[in-house]
Amino acid sequence: MTEEIEEIRRIIAEHGRLSVEASELTPDADLYHAGMTSHASVNVMLALEDHFDIEFPDRMLKRSVFESMSAIEEALRELRTETPVSGA
Amino acid sequence: MCEDPNLMTMRVGIDMVSVDAVRQSVDEHGARYLKRIYTASELRDCDAPQGIVPERLAARFAAKEATLKVLRPMDEAIPWHTIEVVRHGPGWVTVELSGRAAALAAEAELRNFELSISHEADYASAVVLAS
Repeated sequence: MTEEIEEIRRIIAEHGRLSVEASELTPDADLYHAGMTSHASVNVMLALEDHFDIEFPDRMLKRSVFESMSAIEEALRELRTETPVSGA
Repeated sequence: MCEDPNLMTMRVGIDMVSVDAVRQSVDEHGARYLKRIYTASELRDCDAPQGIVPERLAARFAAKEATLKVLRPMDEAIPWHTIEVVRHGPGWVTVELSGRAAALAAEAELRNFELSISHEADYASAVVLAS
């Protein structure tokens, strides 16, 4: 389990309003099946932006990006690849 | 699926949102949450002398979700602002689509949208009918 997955798990536990314990989920578990609503996914997105200092563009605001911790980790990786580090 | 060309397509969408969840989002994320989801017009309609009204926000979020259920996007990003709830005086609301949301409606040959929203202290709900 990567450290980043654990950070994502903590954010989901705090903002995802799941009907199960986030600690019990595997990285690939479907978060919507675990009780996360569309509205809660917005809070997860905003909390991820705060924590990782990134911004999800409109094109990534779709169900599959937030459907699992693994999917979120992949999206973060994609965003970092696209966004040059300032001052570099 | 009905193949009779004389019968029009009709779709329905429904959604319910926790007012407390919306209130918490406003408390935790403030303007970032508000501006990301709601249009300027919607925010004006949700404003009151005592501040933004979470029940009204929740009803509008439910309306956007109910509309998405009507539009049935495959795994496609539909920006929240492209589905806008418009208030007509104190009496009723309609939904107006733009951008990709409008394109999806056109692809599905949905031209008429009717919206009804409701809220109580704990939950807000919305129903959208489209044909």
